[in-house]
Amino acid sequence: MAEPLLRVEKLVRRFGGIVATDNVSLDVSAGELHAIIGPNGAGKTTLISQLTGHLEPHSGSVSLGGRDITYLPAYRRCALGLARSFQITSLLLDFTAADNVALAAQAHAGTSFRFFANARKEKGLRDAAHAALDRVGLAHRADVLVSRLSHGERRQIELAVALASKPKLLLLDEPMAGLGVTESQGMVKLLQELRKEVSIVLVEHDMPAVFALADRISVLVYGRVIASGDPAAIRANEDVKRAYLGDQHVVTHHV
Amino acid sequence: MKALTVSKAVTALMLAGLVLLPLYSQLSGNIFILTLFTRIVILALAAASLNLIMGFGGMMSFGHAAYLGIGGYAVGMLAQEGVGSGFIQFPVALAASALYGLVIGALSLRTRGVYFIMITLAFAQMAYYVASGLARYGGDDGLTVYKRSDFSGLINLSNRTQFYYLCLGCLFAVIFLIWRIVNSRFGLVVQGLRSNEQRMQAIGFPAKRYQLVCFVISGMMCGLAGALLANNTDFISPAVMYWTRSGDLMVMVILGGMGTLFGPVIGAVVYLLLEEFLSQLTEYWALIMGPLLLLIVLFGRGGIMGLLGRLNRG
Repeated sequence: MAEPLLRVEKLVRRFGGIVATDNVSLDVSAGELHAIIGPNGAGKTTLISQLTGHLEPHSGSVSLGGRDITYLPAYRRCALGLARSFQITSLLLDFTAADNVALAAQAHAGTSFRFFANARKEKGLRDAAHAALDRVGLAHRADVLVSRLSHGERRQIELAVALASKPKLLLLDEPMAGLGVTESQGMVKLLQELRKEVSIVLVEHDMPAVFALADRISVLVYGRVIASGDPAAIRANEDVKRAYLGDQHVVTHHV
Repeated sequence: MKALTVSKAVTALMLAGLVLLPLYSQLSGNIFILTLFTRIVILALAAASLNLIMGFGGMMSFGHAAYLGIGGYAVGMLAQEGVGSGFIQFPVALAASALYGLVIGALSLRTRGVYFIMITLAFAQMAYYVASGLARYGGDDGLTVYKRSDFSGLINLSNRTQFYYLCLGCLFAVIFLIWRIVNSRFGLVVQGLRSNEQRMQAIGFPAKRYQLVCFVISGMMCGLAGALLANNTDFISPAVMYWTRSGDLMVMVILGGMGTLFGPVIGAVVYLLLEEFLSQLTEYWALIMGPLLLLIVLFGRGGIMGLLGRLNRG
């Protein structure tokens, strides 16, 4: 079997006495959409933060394409093809949508120690930005300040920013958070398109979306992976049902 | 007419005024005004340099006056040692400022927010006390620069008008550079870091090295202002590095409008003119100045530039 794109082995992260990530291991192969679900406080964001480099694990390892990245700073991982979106929208509010995306393209297009030429007139960067915005359906909002965009639009920009760096692996931290029903459906449709081009790790609360999209699902409870498998297996898993008592009907009923 | 906004008109008027000032001074025989405005232009240059890191870069340096001293002492000390050529003095002033900026920046940029303000302040005060201890160069009393920088016939710094235009030329050049920088790749990264550092890290930018380079560039620009200042007053003393001087520069930037190209120039002109005329009126001029500044900052968010911008809209 080929080396998986992302391999997480025995990852442990504690906060004081709480073990937020407890011996987590998981593989994501190229082309896969791997969803991570779990009740609130299960340690999903803590896990993602260790994958992106915003948090260091106490033990265990993370490797991307066979290369150990456990202690690499965030910006270096990005250069290796890892891109993320934030659970709470994190954009440059006083920049336009196009600027936000173009900066992500710029990070991967040669040096940024250029002091004289107008970066907003660099055709390559602008084209990349518009292509990414077009991809998420926001080309017509390119020149609007992000602070003036709606929440739903900002979620889409998050995605465009991640795409602009041409990643191998996309880490999406609750891309549906706070979206309305139609917006969520739009996002699912978009992710269905994107997954053809890029491997995705999806952390999400929206169960119908997860079951519609995922190749495989890992269930995180109290920092531990209690089950991992394809959607059908997860739906049938007794442990998962127990952990998700409140949400059980969502897990079992949606097809 | 959308192109001609109030703030643009005011800026253009001010720049035209600055360019034509020597003419007025000559016609009216008012030499004092030229001396006053030479000082204003030099400090506007310092304020513009501070604005690069403070306004565009979001780095609140409270020790920017240190560069005025470093640039000034480079000129003064070299002159004292018999090196009178401006072609040596000015590059040394810039190099010394760059070196100071590199060391101080590398240490200070490990911190954020209030800590950054305090540590830049602390380093500038250290520089102040080091200068006070330089017994060979006048210590506390400062150092008289007996001969202005010599540019061997190219330009005569002892000629008031020529010196004024040199300062104004430097100011324009620095503003032009800042304009290019803030729209460049580098400038966008620095402004992005001001806006959201976490996001910039996540898309692949190592924050510190960009901020450090910006810090050094800004310091060199202010070092240039320091070298000019020493020539202007024919004197350099530790007082130019004192923390109140750094505060003055910050006030000029905030008053004029942080993160705007010409705001610091307007801020410097207004601040120093107010200081000049209020201090002629009364000994307690600061009592009027303080509330006045407070009002402008409170009601004109974005400083004078912000105020003018709103005037335009409505």
